[in-house]
Amino acid sequence: MIRIEGLSHAIGGSPILHDIDLTLPEGGVTALIGPNGAGKSTLLSLIARLQKIQAGRITVGGQEVGRTSDRDLARTLAVMAQSTHVSARLSVADLVSFGRYPWHRGRPGAIDRDHVEQALTRFDLLALRHRFLDEISGGQRQRAFVAMAYAQDTPYLLLDEPLNNLDIAAARDLMGLVRDMADRDGRTVVIVLHDINYATGFADRLVVLKDGRIAAQGQPAQIVTEALLRDVFGTSATVETLQGRPYVVV
Amino acid sequence: MRLAGAALLSGLWLLSLAIGAADQSLADLFLTPEGRALMLESRLPRTVAAVLAGVGLAMSGQVMQVLARNRFIEPMTAGAGQSAALGVLLCTLVLPGAAIGVKMAAAALCALAGSLGLMALIRPLPPTQPLLVPLVALVYGGVIGAVVTFVAYQGNMMQFLGTWLTGELSGVLRGRYELLWIGAVASGATYLIADRLSLLSLGEDAARALGLNVGLVTAAAVAAISVVTAMIVVTLGAIPFVGLVVPNLVARLAGDNLRRALPLTALAGAILVLAADILGRVIRAPYEVPVATTIAVIGATAFVVMLNRGRTRA
Amino acid sequence: MPRRLIALALLLALSAAAYILIDLKGPVAFILPYRLTKLAALMLVGVAIAVATVLFQTITGNRILTPSLMGFDALYVFVLTALVHTLGSVGFSALSPGVLFALNLTAMTALGLVLFGVLMRLARGDMVRLVLTGIVIGLLIRAITEFLQRLIDPNEFQTVQSLSFARFTQIDGVLLAVSAVAVIVGTGLAWHLRHRLDVLSLGQEAATGLGEPPASLHRLALLTICLLVAAATSLAGPLSSGGFGPASFFGLIVTAFAHMVTPTHRHAILLPCAALIGGIILIGGQLVMERLLDLATPLTVVIELIGGAVFLYLLLKRRAA
Repeated sequence: MIRIEGLSHAIGGSPILHDIDLTLPEGGVTALIGPNGAGKSTLLSLIARLQKIQAGRITVGGQEVGRTSDRDLARTLAVMAQSTHVSARLSVADLVSFGRYPWHRGRPGAIDRDHVEQALTRFDLLALRHRFLDEISGGQRQRAFVAMAYAQDTPYLLLDEPLNNLDIAAARDLMGLVRDMADRDGRTVVIVLHDINYATGFADRLVVLKDGRIAAQGQPAQIVTEALLRDVFGTSATVETLQGRPYVVV
Repeated sequence: MRLAGAALLSGLWLLSLAIGAADQSLADLFLTPEGRALMLESRLPRTVAAVLAGVGLAMSGQVMQVLARNRFIEPMTAGAGQSAALGVLLCTLVLPGAAIGVKMAAAALCALAGSLGLMALIRPLPPTQPLLVPLVALVYGGVIGAVVTFVAYQGNMMQFLGTWLTGELSGVLRGRYELLWIGAVASGATYLIADRLSLLSLGEDAARALGLNVGLVTAAAVAAISVVTAMIVVTLGAIPFVGLVVPNLVARLAGDNLRRALPLTALAGAILVLAADILGRVIRAPYEVPVATTIAVIGATAFVVMLNRGRTRA
Repeated sequence: MPRRLIALALLLALSAAAYILIDLKGPVAFILPYRLTKLAALMLVGVAIAVATVLFQTITGNRILTPSLMGFDALYVFVLTALVHTLGSVGFSALSPGVLFALNLTAMTALGLVLFGVLMRLARGDMVRLVLTGIVIGLLIRAITEFLQRLIDPNEFQTVQSLSFARFTQIDGVLLAVSAVAVIVGTGLAWHLRHRLDVLSLGQEAATGLGEPPASLHRLALLTICLLVAAATSLAGPLSSGGFGPASFFGLIVTAFAHMVTPTHRHAILLPCAALIGGIILIGGQLVMERLLDLATPLTVVIELIGGAVFLYLLLKRRAA
């Protein structure tokens, strides 16, 4: 369970998040959505301790962010940040192996190698394992980063806009793999998404942010309405329901 | 603004005449024969040299910034200054007895080659990365500087080199600074083509579309920069940062139209160099701090500030 | 990879042997200790700068930065000048090499941390701005130093000037020992950090996600860098040629070669590789300059020349890619 209490955050004097209280249950995929600048990525990076918490409290699986040692937290939650630019020239297998670092601290054993092989297989990266990150496509690179987070073998997984710049095939593919991690391994996935239709199509729960406050939360079918699009996103679009899930007609 | 500047310059001019190792009152300098001799032989030449150098450095800096379409560049640290020193050095080694005119020509030609080399190097750089140009220019200047040091070591002329590497005005006497007038003429020439240079700052294609002979104007401007830089290096030594700081300051006040900006640049350059020289003479009298050292402290500080203020707008 | 390291080690041994043995004539009892001391100094400086540069490039996440490019070398002369300025040349020469080294080390480490903090704040992630600001601040420190030097007595000025060029000719035995200890400690620290540094090459956020927040590692690495650079410069003087050049590019050449010889992110390989190459370049370079070509120019001038060209090449190539 991820529990957020009284979380506020400001960057350079301008407030980004206002007094957020939020509880995310164990398991399933939760998508954070909202217009640009609503504070989605800030919220995610605070949970992932990529930024320091200014006011409020976050606990992940009972461990308080900011008080728990970095090493213990790295065994509880894995994060895939928005920028996946790596200055070093790494192969796909090198990258995925890094996911095991919190467990072996530089001295990988047989278990770690098993985990890496498993991640490479599951994310269909075996054929690419010796290729360098700057030689593969954007979709393959994002997949490699998710595989690294998977190899970290944590109950919680945070992903910040992993679909950036992906074509429809790569995006659907990646979301399928994310879905699978929640369904098959029981991981708790929190994902920031830009496109509402991917959120309604793949997530179990949505948390909608607007101007640093939570505007709505719940199952997609309940909250994605034309009223929400108008009030939160400022656009008048039709919402159609297909196979029990709402989709925005763009 | 011009009036205030001119008044400031005149004040500094008088101050510069009045200060020196020999204790002479300003009135004595004009009235007694010894005073007049001192003034004509040493103090007046020194003051004139400072003003001419300031004018030349600042104007050539501004012209180079237009040519490179980048604010953070100036000839003295970007290869032209080092190349000029290399020219003099090579000339002294190969033709030890060469007349000053020959050395001067060698310096100017090398400065020209150095500037052209830099232009070729920075031309393909993307305009979206404005700080890349000064970085390349500084390192390029450093590489040529290392060549200069190498040649000086091999030719056993390190001592000799020291005088060129730091610009000093203490050695200026009548008969030993007049080359600077050539530099002044070259600076004046850039003013004549100021309008055409302003067009260049719109970009080469736009300038060509407006009927400008881009190649010719660029060549003339580079030649002028090289002559000015070479004359200053040969007579005084290298004086960094004037060409960088002054045009930026002036552009802030008066904009980028060269016909309006160049005279102000010249004035401000003269004020800066003269003031720095006076400071260097006073601060640890009777010893002197070279004008280049004083200016390097002021200029480098200003450069750091400029670099990091530009961010808010970029 | 290990095979390449062995080849490098052989090459280093070969150049060291050649340096000792070539032209070994005259009073051997006199020349041999002299050459051995010089060899040890070259080795220490080469290793120290190589390791420091690798660390620096890892924590800044790019491969064209070096500590001396950011003004660390200039700090050394500044500290010396400030010492002469406050103590006078008599008081200064009364200092024992050990005390002088300790003073230098403390001052350089403290100032180095301040300098780096300021630079990082000013640059805020923009690499080109970081390098440029660093070079200009280096020029500024040099200018202030020169200004200070002019303010002290011309005689005392001589004292400073004779100390402020890289020199491998007169090396004090005590100083050599003290520096050796500092270099060994610094290199040991770097080796200890090797796995954590690997993680850092993924970038700040990914490293935090893996339980390795960069801030504390940055501080440790910086401390190590300051220790190594201070040890190297106080042993041999700054490696910059003293000419127009903004800084020495020695570290840059070393890491550029190291990345060519062993293209890996793993510091367990990169660190020894760079250290070996650092030794080879300094010892082999000195051998070529001094014995084979019989040139009067110090090696550092040539290094600056080649290093500057390498820097421009790397910078322009990066842009083209």
